[in-house]
Amino acid sequence: MEKLEKIVEECKEVVCDMNFQEAKQWKSEGKQRILVGYLPIYFPREMVWAANGLAVGIMGAGDYKQVIKGDAYYQSYICHLPRGIIDLALDGHFDGFDGFVFPSICDVIRNLSGIFQVEKIGHFSKYLDYPQNFKKEIGGEFYRKELDSILNKIFNINQVKTTKETLNNAIKLYNTNRRYLRLIYDIREKYPWRLSAYELYVIIRAGMVMPVDKHNQMLEIVVNEINKERGTPMDNIRVIIWGAFCEQMPLNLIKSIEMAGCYVIDDDFLIGSRWTTADIDESSEDPIGALVDAYLNHSTFSSSIYDVDNPKEKRLVQLAKQRKADGIIFASPSFCDPALLDTPICQKYCDKEGIKFISFQYSENVGQFKVIKEQVGAFSDSIKLWEETST
Amino acid sequence: MTKEVKKDKSMVLQKEMIAKQFHELTTAKEQGKKVVYTFVPGNLSELIHAFDMIPVYPEINALQSGMRKKSGGFIKDAEKIGYSEDICTYVKCDVGMLINGNIGPFGEKIPSPDLLLLSYTGCFTFMKWFENLERLYPGVPVAMIHTPYQEEGQITAEMVEYMVKQLKDDVIPKMEQVSGKKYDEEKLKTILSYARETQELINQIFETPKNIPSPIDAYFAGVYYIGPINTGFRGTPEAVEYYKLLLEEIKERIQLGLGPVTPEGEMTEEKFRLVVEGPPNWTSFREFWKLFYEMGAVIVASSYTKVGGLYDLGFRHRPEQPLESLAEYCMNCYTNFNLPQRITILKKYIQEYKADGFLVHSIKSCNSFSAGQLAMMRKLENDLGVPVGFIESDLVDPRYFSYSNIKNRLESFFQMLTQRKLVSQ
Repeated sequence: MEKLEKIVEECKEVVCDMNFQEAKQWKSEGKQRILVGYLPIYFPREMVWAANGLAVGIMGAGDYKQVIKGDAYYQSYICHLPRGIIDLALDGHFDGFDGFVFPSICDVIRNLSGIFQVEKIGHFSKYLDYPQNFKKEIGGEFYRKELDSILNKIFNINQVKTTKETLNNAIKLYNTNRRYLRLIYDIREKYPWRLSAYELYVIIRAGMVMPVDKHNQMLEIVVNEINKERGTPMDNIRVIIWGAFCEQMPLNLIKSIEMAGCYVIDDDFLIGSRWTTADIDESSEDPIGALVDAYLNHSTFSSSIYDVDNPKEKRLVQLAKQRKADGIIFASPSFCDPALLDTPICQKYCDKEGIKFISFQYSENVGQFKVIKEQVGAFSDSIKLWEETST
Repeated sequence: MTKEVKKDKSMVLQKEMIAKQFHELTTAKEQGKKVVYTFVPGNLSELIHAFDMIPVYPEINALQSGMRKKSGGFIKDAEKIGYSEDICTYVKCDVGMLINGNIGPFGEKIPSPDLLLLSYTGCFTFMKWFENLERLYPGVPVAMIHTPYQEEGQITAEMVEYMVKQLKDDVIPKMEQVSGKKYDEEKLKTILSYARETQELINQIFETPKNIPSPIDAYFAGVYYIGPINTGFRGTPEAVEYYKLLLEEIKERIQLGLGPVTPEGEMTEEKFRLVVEGPPNWTSFREFWKLFYEMGAVIVASSYTKVGGLYDLGFRHRPEQPLESLAEYCMNCYTNFNLPQRITILKKYIQEYKADGFLVHSIKSCNSFSAGQLAMMRKLENDLGVPVGFIESDLVDPRYFSYSNIKNRLESFFQMLTQRKLVSQ
């Protein structure tokens, strides 16, 4: 098997392992190591690494686990993600995890942090209240206290104090990680057939479970491999998938979209891994301040961020133009208020700017892809066949 | 149940006050008054009044549209332009009303906002709602204040400081700019002192259902006769007078041993005392209420009536520190409390109000309330041994109110309560 195929296979195993053995193995190999689970979308993992810990992305149970207990916690009109996570928690899949961070992206994730508190899962459950004020002396101060609070919670568990050096080193490693990811997306912009969206997805998601240095080594190989010719160019349209930042699509749905005639040249599936759009200062006298600055000034756009001063629809259309996309697929999880309330705003602007789009809803455990595949196929045909015929 | 419905003086007074306020709103532009759209939970109405501006609450427009059977059409119109069936129906009702000319529930045009004041407390969807309004009212200034969640079950000095900075840096300057008036702290202090009196009176009113029989229904009447003046008039002498009158009437009912007033008259026998979690349904409000009072069920305490402030936990405005006090108020509404805190509050209600049962009314549209309710219900049942019930519908989407389904579930719940009472006798 070729190097890249091996990496994809390994990553797929990591992604599908709902017992998080990769992370637990890492913890068992060193003293005072801890695991901190975090939910979508973004969390500054650097802090945990600097404190001798590993931040582990909890992106839901997907279609890997039949949810039974979780359904007793949530009404039918609440998205699927939290019920899968509760099921994982109650069935012991998070045994060995020390704490959990719930970023402030919606009311469901917020209240899930409360259920973890009530059920006493882990040593701590922290709702990380991201500032919606982006001024350094206002939102920045508040955010810094939020980050300090997480470091204190970790210290209370493993007694490891972060230093300027450990924090800067962690920032450096994650900068490398983000640089590789940016590079991969840029290569795929020109040569999308060299690495499928499905392959890219499992590679990125595995990086949310494994140590960053190991993932960086993998990414280096991936970059080298896709800098060479691989695969065969197809007569596909180029699309961006948007709205899928929290509850994830089943892997086979991503494959189905590709098989329906699309190159997915950008997406927000695991946007937390690419949240910071520029390198963070890795030699700062105040590394936590550098993380704060990165959040305030170099965050990507997302449904979870108040955007009146920097409208997301414009940034999305700009991305579509930059990536030379033929269209946008708005794919949102059912009952996801943040994504679904952004959709009309973005679609209206796409209309204005002449960007074609379709939209559909899914859940992480959806098992029937035929209807979506037909819809995407018709979208692809409408652009590839009819437009080329008419021009 | 007596069939002749006699309106109390306070009911008549409330109707007059709201009619006057609505007239003031619809003629705001002619009077040169500025209009501020904002939300009910953790609202900054005292600050808005300090600049002589008029607050408009989109949720209240939506719920009134629901009560007047107009929301269904508005929601469908919003869905036609791309709003998903899955999302908050308050938002869709508001958007639908706007694209239909912003004709309010009383048939008069609601003036467009001069300022969008996004004080989002306890509900993430509020932020998304105002992002949509900002696009629907292009050019209208937006002031945003981020209210930290009580994730560790407390309000820290840092949280207050963060909010006060936002008030000083963004909210007040924008209000000055829009109103053309300078921030007058003395005026705000006066308004807050009236608000403090109002809060004290409201707290006393919500304590009265501890009597047996309860003189009021703390949920249905709570939203109908107690809540509106708190939202629309808090900080005015008129609100103080209103609540004094209401409290006097309730005290009289206690002395006479009378039960709550319902739309069909006085309730004569109190069979069940309930604590309810979650907002009510608005599209079939009367039918919904009737399902309770016909069975002799009185709601003695509810969480929903505390989204305007948890005064029973001790919060009162502090005029001497006006901005800090506003910040604390914003953080002190029910949906800004974490789940363990909410459970503690509900436990207190069940015990102190001697409730026979605990009922969740789960709302399809409202994740802020609904997500976690089943866990809370289980915890209360386990810890207190209290009988629990569960019904579900929606705020303003009539498609999600199933009368027979709710009736069946309530009948089963009341049968269970009856059995419990028989066993315990």
